[in-house]
Amino acid sequence: MRRVVITGAGTINPLGHSVAATFEAMREGRCGIGPLDIRDVDRLSIKIGGQVKDYAADDRFNRQQQALYDRFTQFTMIAAKEAIEQSGLEFADDLSAEAGVVLGTSGGGLTTQDENYRAVYEEGKNRVHPFIVPKLMNNAAASHVSMTWNLKGPSFTVATACASSNHAMGQAFWLVRNGAARAMITGGSESMLCFGGVKAWEGLRVMSRDACRPFSANRNGMVQGEGAGVFVFEEYEHAKARGANILCEIVGFSMTADASDIVMPSQQGASRAIAGALRDARIDASEVEYINAHGTGTAANDKTECAAVANVFGRHADKVMISSTKSMHGHLIGGTGAVELLAVVMALKDGIVAPTIGYQEPDPECALDVVPNEAREAKVKYALSNAFAFGGLNAVLALKKI
Amino acid sequence: MIESVKDRVVRIVAEQALLAPSDVSLDQTLEDLSIDSMALVEAIFAIEEEFDITVPFNANEPDKSEFDISSVATIVAAVEALIAEQKD
Repeated sequence: MRRVVITGAGTINPLGHSVAATFEAMREGRCGIGPLDIRDVDRLSIKIGGQVKDYAADDRFNRQQQALYDRFTQFTMIAAKEAIEQSGLEFADDLSAEAGVVLGTSGGGLTTQDENYRAVYEEGKNRVHPFIVPKLMNNAAASHVSMTWNLKGPSFTVATACASSNHAMGQAFWLVRNGAARAMITGGSESMLCFGGVKAWEGLRVMSRDACRPFSANRNGMVQGEGAGVFVFEEYEHAKARGANILCEIVGFSMTADASDIVMPSQQGASRAIAGALRDARIDASEVEYINAHGTGTAANDKTECAAVANVFGRHADKVMISSTKSMHGHLIGGTGAVELLAVVMALKDGIVAPTIGYQEPDPECALDVVPNEAREAKVKYALSNAFAFGGLNAVLALKKI
Repeated sequence: MIESVKDRVVRIVAEQALLAPSDVSLDQTLEDLSIDSMALVEAIFAIEEEFDITVPFNANEPDKSEFDISSVATIVAAVEALIAEQKD
C-alpha cells in the first residue's frame, strides 16, 4: 500500500477566494453568512446564506467558457487552478495517464436548471441554449478539470448529498493508495443558492432564519452555503522525489450506511464510520486531537454526532477538540467536506484549530470541547473529518501531520 | 354542508397517521397517532395548502414554535388563529 499526501489546495467559498483568505477568516472566526442576494428573494422565507461574494464570472471566464460552466463548475475550476498550481504538477505523458479527478456535488448545475425551467415555464420560451445539458450535468466540473489539465486516469463524480466531497476524496485516496493512480484531483463543489434551490430546502423546515450555531443549545437549524474546495492527492514517494511541498498525509477513510431513515441520522452509522476511519488509519482514538464535525446546527445532527463521538472516543472524548466551520461558511452540501478539509489542513500544518462560532449556550447533549467562538493554537498530529448525509450515507477521513 | 376547520385538520392528520378520520380524537397527541417528524412536516405542508396560510414551524425547535402541536385540539386552535390572522 502506498502512502498518500496532499500537495495542493484551492478554494473559493463564502470566507474567501483562496486558501490563504479562508485560513485567515477561520483563524479570526469570521462569519461569511449574510442576507441572500438572489432573484425573487422576497418570495423566500429563508433569506440568509453563505454566498460567494465579490464574484463576477466575467472576470474569470470568457463567453465560451461561461456557456459551458455552471456556477458550480466555475467554482471548481477556480479552486482546481489554485490547487494544481500550488502542487507544481504538470500532467503530461505517463503522469497524465495515471492522474484523474474525482469530485463531489449534490445539485450539480442546479442554477442552470433553475434558470432554464424559469425560461420555459415562467417566461413561456420554447427554446433553450444548446449546451444546457452538458452545463447542468453533475460530472461537468470533473470533466472540465480533466480536459483543462490533461488528466486521463480514473475520473468521475460522486453524489451522496452532504457527504459527496468526503466520499469523493475517500475514493481518490484509495485510488492512489492502491496504485491505481499516482495523483488525483479531488474535492467538491456546490452552488444551490438560487430561488428553486433555497425553496426546496425551506420545505424541510430545518433551516435557520438567523444563524448557524452548531452545538449551541439555542441552535435552530442549518444555513446553506456555496463554493468549492479542491485538493491534489499524490503518492508520497512521487511527491518526495520531486521535492514537493507536502501539506499533510491522508491515512484513513471509512464509509457506512445507516440503512434506517431517509433524513434522520443514526448514531450507530456515524459511530461505525468514525471507528472505521481510525481502523483504516491504524490509529487509536486517543491519538486524535481534532475532529472537524459535520455539525450542521440542526437538532438531529448535532446530538447524534456528539453521541457518536462520545461512543467511539470513550473517556478521550473530553480531550478531543471538535469544531464545525459551517458556523462560518454555511453548509456547502456536496462541496462541504472539501472546504471543511481546509480546517483540518490548517490544524495539522499551522497548529491552529478553527472555531465553532455563534456558540452561545452549552447543550448537555453536546457536551464536548467544540472550540467555541475563538480559534485555538494546538499541536495536532491526527485529525478526522466527518460527513453524514441525508439518506444515511456516512464518510469519515483521517489525516496526519507530516 | 361545509366541512369545518376541525374536520379538515382531522382529515389531514388522519391521512398522515394512516387512520380513518373517525379514529382520530381531539385529545390525542402526535405521539399517540405515531406521527413522526417527517409526517408532521408533511401535515403542516398539507395544512398550509388546504387553508392557504403560512404556518410558523421549525423542526429544530418544535416546542418553541408559536404553532402548538401538543395535541390535535391545539393544532385545530392554532390553525383557526392563523386563518383569522392571515385572512386579509
